[in-house]
Amino acid sequence: MDTATKSSDHAHAPINKNLTPEAKIQLLRDMLRVRRFEQQALKQYNGGKMGGFLHLYIGQESVAVGTCSLMGDDDHVITAYRCHGHSLAVGMTMNECMAELYGKATGCSKGKGGSMHFFAPDKNYWGGHGIVGGQTPLGLGLAYGLKYKGLKGAALCFLGDGAVNQGCFYESLNMAALFDLPVIYIIENNGYSMGTSLQRSSVVKDCLAQRGEAFCVEWAQANGEDIYEVRAVTQRAIERAHKESKPTILEFDTYRYYGHSVADAKHKGGYRSEEEIDAYKRDHDPIQLFKKRLLEERVITEAQFDEISDASKAEAEASAQFAEESPLPSETSIFEDVYYEVDRQTEAGRTGKHFFND
Amino acid sequence: MPLIEYRDALNQAFAEEIERDPNVVLMGEEVAQYDGAYKVTKGLWKKFGDKRVVDTPISEAAFIGMGIGASMLGLRPVMELMFWSFATVTWDQIVNNAGQIRYMSGGLINCPIVIRGPANGGTNVGATHSHTPENMLASVPGLKVVSAATAYDAKGLMKTAIRDNDPVMFMENTLLYGEKGEVPEEEYLIPLGKADIKREGRDITLIAHGRAALTALRAAELLAAEHDISAEVIDLRSIRPLDEEAILASVRKTHRAVLVDENKPFCGVSAQIASMLQEKCFDDLDAPVLRVTALDAPAIYSPRIEPKQLPNPQDVIRKALSIC
Ligand SMILES: Cc1ncc(C[n+]2csc(CCOP(=O)(O)OP(=O)(O)O)c2C)c(N)n1
Ligand SMILES: [Mg+2]
Repeated sequence: MDTATKSSDHAHAPINKNLTPEAKIQLLRDMLRVRRFEQQALKQYNGGKMGGFLHLYIGQESVAVGTCSLMGDDDHVITAYRCHGHSLAVGMTMNECMAELYGKATGCSKGKGGSMHFFAPDKNYWGGHGIVGGQTPLGLGLAYGLKYKGLKGAALCFLGDGAVNQGCFYESLNMAALFDLPVIYIIENNGYSMGTSLQRSSVVKDCLAQRGEAFCVEWAQANGEDIYEVRAVTQRAIERAHKESKPTILEFDTYRYYGHSVADAKHKGGYRSEEEIDAYKRDHDPIQLFKKRLLEERVITEAQFDEISDASKAEAEASAQFAEESPLPSETSIFEDVYYEVDRQTEAGRTGKHFFND
Repeated sequence: MPLIEYRDALNQAFAEEIERDPNVVLMGEEVAQYDGAYKVTKGLWKKFGDKRVVDTPISEAAFIGMGIGASMLGLRPVMELMFWSFATVTWDQIVNNAGQIRYMSGGLINCPIVIRGPANGGTNVGATHSHTPENMLASVPGLKVVSAATAYDAKGLMKTAIRDNDPVMFMENTLLYGEKGEVPEEEYLIPLGKADIKREGRDITLIAHGRAALTALRAAELLAAEHDISAEVIDLRSIRPLDEEAILASVRKTHRAVLVDENKPFCGVSAQIASMLQEKCFDDLDAPVLRVTALDAPAIYSPRIEPKQLPNPQDVIRKALSIC
């Protein structure tokens, strides 16, 4: 196990020590962009601009931004349905993400996927997956592909504290260790899977990541609210993946401020207390904590923070405007993107009947 | 008769069967303390406690399998899949274990389980959450498949499903949970294998199950009001066993049929019925049997486009007019 050093020390971890002031500000900006984007999304959702589910990531920003900030050319990311933070963190634009939420043709998935299904393979980002745990074998597959191709990369596969109880995760851990695959499973432990607390869903000895011991997979648990710590711990796992082609499980303690999805009315005063939520916001907010840190380090001023925050808000508002003005997908597009061969009208796509309406 | 929501009709069925039979146990993700993701099991944990209403981790393969195993020992587990779409995670348990164990044991082992949950598109939750697997399940001999369109049917069919000694796959619909219907206060059961003539007619038969039956009913009203066509609406209610007799009798009377189906067309439930009609009452038909199904592509998210992917009354009317 990696020994988690005290939170205050992570600024001195090699991966953080040499960060330029600009790079630090960028981390802050990236977290703020996620938050402002989602606040805007929530507003528009409540205004009836979207359908289906909206799972907000607010409160967890340091995990996606911290981990994805370490991605090199051959590092890849895949996650579950609470995917907006990861999507922006890997470099997707607010416009394409917001338009997807609006179900518009300009969305990252042309309005076909919705909130849970953002993708950007050009940014090494493989989604956005709605079936709990379903992405964990895919993360394994990305790692297999990297190794097969002889690339020095890692597959960062995110999952929730509830998702750890899907069988395919354990099948994947065994194979990751058996085949020496450079996959990093990142458990974002926000304490709840829908309305079920961790204690009610999982048998835990010390922590969830520790389950890796059964498969001889290295693991570490860390404080997800501190972006320096997230980066320090993740960097060690990435090095293990790159240098030794070995898997790791990381577990970051974190918290979601909103309900499981927007429809989850019971989250406040139901399965968790208002005090618990307030305490987290007050004492553990990843953005506020990092802001405080950067003020102490004299990397930013209050005014600069406000400027970044306002710019992020303006960008989010503009993305809603963009989404609003974008065209809907055409009805015929329902039948596009089902088969590669049909889309391209190759010989294979022209042979035999592929669709069965009339 | 009291007017209650579809979800509450199911809730009553669970409460009554829990009280009636000590072997009935309700299980699934969020069914107990959270009252169910769609509030179908609301209040039951409070009333009946931990032994009868059980929250499970997100482990569909294990908990559905556990229910099947427990049913072999005589329990009557009523298992919720938060969405039937998640059955893919536990397909082996359902198809190979629930579906085959009685046969492979030469009838020594029974599997009186109910697996239930919503199976529908139309709610903008994307392709992974919008599957309608009733056709796939009905293609497994050994499994029974039921689909309820109204509150009344939901309650009567659920009670029968729980008492049935075979594995029953029960299809509900998130778009119907809030729909109100009349449900009598006195106890009643609806047999599996009996269709319901939801509207009598002379000129054409509309055959459907689940929410599509309501689409067919609406189409029938419009056909009568605007086109002077008298359409009979048959709601299958039970897909396997299927009320072949009722379907054939109706088509022999009207000589025309349009099948309405939220399944995709390829091997959808309606495909089975169309095949049966041409085989068994070819001479009675005055026109080809037509179908209105979900559009044959994964469910699109876009809230403004997805509704067009499911059958609507206008589609049904257009098809009906083309053969009347
Ligand atoms: C196979 C499957 N089962 C159930 C669900 C419904 N569901 C969606 S998210 C969720 C809770 C997951 O919790 P967790 O893994 O802790 O992630 P978090 O929501 O906290 O990010 C459940 C039960 C699903 N989408 N897929
Ligand atoms: Mg969680």
